[in-house]
Amino acid sequence: MPFFEIDAHETPAMTPPRIFPFGDTALVCEVPPPATLACQERIWAMAEIARRWPHVVEVVPGMNNLTIVFDPLEADSATLAGALATAWESAERTAPASRCVEIPVQYGGEFGPDLAEVARHTGLSVEAVARRHAAGEYIVFFLGFQPGFAYLGGLDPVLHTPRRTVPRIEVPAGSVGIGGAQTGIYPAASPGGWQLIGRTAMTLFDPADTPPTLLQPGDRVRFTFAGIDR
Amino acid sequence: MIEVLRAGILTSVQDLGRPGYRHMGVATAGALDTLALEVGNRLVGNAPQAAAVEVTMGPTALRFTQATRVAITGAQFDASLDGKPVHAWWSLPVQAGQELVLHGAVRGMRCYVCVRGGIDVLPMLASRSTDLSARFGGLGGRALREGDRLAVGVPQARPGAGIAVQAPPFGVKPPQWCRFAAPGQEPVRRGKHLAGAERAVSLRALRGPEYESFAADAHEALWSEEWRVTPQSNRMGYRLAGTALARDAQDELLSHAVLPGTIQVPASGQPIVLLADGQTTGGYPRIGAVIQADLWKLAQLRLNGSVRFVPTSREEAVVALAEVRAYLRQIDVAMVMYEERLQQSARAA
Repeated sequence: MPFFEIDAHETPAMTPPRIFPFGDTALVCEVPPPATLACQERIWAMAEIARRWPHVVEVVPGMNNLTIVFDPLEADSATLAGALATAWESAERTAPASRCVEIPVQYGGEFGPDLAEVARHTGLSVEAVARRHAAGEYIVFFLGFQPGFAYLGGLDPVLHTPRRTVPRIEVPAGSVGIGGAQTGIYPAASPGGWQLIGRTAMTLFDPADTPPTLLQPGDRVRFTFAGIDR
Repeated sequence: MIEVLRAGILTSVQDLGRPGYRHMGVATAGALDTLALEVGNRLVGNAPQAAAVEVTMGPTALRFTQATRVAITGAQFDASLDGKPVHAWWSLPVQAGQELVLHGAVRGMRCYVCVRGGIDVLPMLASRSTDLSARFGGLGGRALREGDRLAVGVPQARPGAGIAVQAPPFGVKPPQWCRFAAPGQEPVRRGKHLAGAERAVSLRALRGPEYESFAADAHEALWSEEWRVTPQSNRMGYRLAGTALARDAQDELLSHAVLPGTIQVPASGQPIVLLADGQTTGGYPRIGAVIQADLWKLAQLRLNGSVRFVPTSREEAVVALAEVRAYLRQIDVAMVMYEERLQQSARAA
């Protein structure tokens, strides 16, 4: 996952997006950096519009970009590109009707083996790192990387900590980590290079649930302080 | 029921995949060689998306507890049914108690054992595919093991489903023998084959969104090199080895969608071609994209085999995909005609 910086409070004059083909089955609508929440809100609105188009099989928001996948024998790429441009224009920044999801986190100890490392890097106490992390309000920009993994914006810059030089072969499911300017939760056990500061018992992805993911783009996330092991 | 007597290195339940969930981070999964699966299902009278057993390299042994009809498509395997040789791309009856042994792939990498009615596991997110990395779907979200038992589904009414389970074997021309699969290629040079060196598989590709940010010699290398498939390749992606592809621009990219067929280049400069189990978003520059019509060829690339990317146009890519669909329609038509002929001769008898 690449490093990105988000200023959720910035509302600049938005640069018009670039719309271009990607392979023979996809189109991308991309707004040049920097990534902003204002732009991402339009991406979400656009995604809702594009999801209704016939012969479009995937609508995947990224960071300030949207990719649609279509059947090139049924849909015309140029027509869809035009529709994307129109959708961008009409995609209003809707008032955030988002939910707030609370995620209890047990910080430190065996659940957060890198909490001390983050404390060392930031010059804070382990307690202060956990409290600051739990004090923040985060926004789900999009899901990707693995099922139910949310790219969250809004990590306190004081907590930014580089990834581990040697990634772990297996990070347990529910691990809460910091990687550069990002924080997030591993929905399933997987390899990973983030600094692990705690763990949640919540299920982030269950294919038998509707919807299968706990978090949706636009959701606000709060980590609640369940405790700390030193 | 189908009993797994021997699983082999990687055998799993796969269908045409799980489209429509990539925005949740859920990979498409499904058969890597979707064309082979589509043909195999047609040959046993199934819907194209029915689930089958994907066998990687073998050796794999399956026992059928009921009489049914099977087709083995995809890679050419040394295969036998109760000791009698079985040919790829053929549809044949199987008796209760018979054992199908796939000793090993002779050419290619993956084959599909399609059975009339399809493999019946619980659909998850509208697909029976196994997502091996997220560990759900298929049978318990995992690769098959010795002792597993797979239920066979109820056959649906569709073209070819009227062909009796016990009807004599018949086959189709494999796609790799068809002109559409190897456009503009020279015939195989015999000497090379005797030496055991398979020639590089040609994959038609388009320039990716970040193509222009690569240096001129990276462009040259992408299109001229024979890329080796490294053993670090899996169902998520093929890691290729060759000249390091360097970028002119070193800007960090914002996370974006990646797709099966995307050729992405991490900092090492060694490209990765993503496959059906690949992650949904990434941040590496995308130098190219293998066209949809050629993705099935990737599935049959062997480790340490080589691949060449051939530049193509969007228009040619659409024509190529239309040719693949036309080949499948021909099989549908042939199945209906064969079904009618068998019914006529049954009436005449």
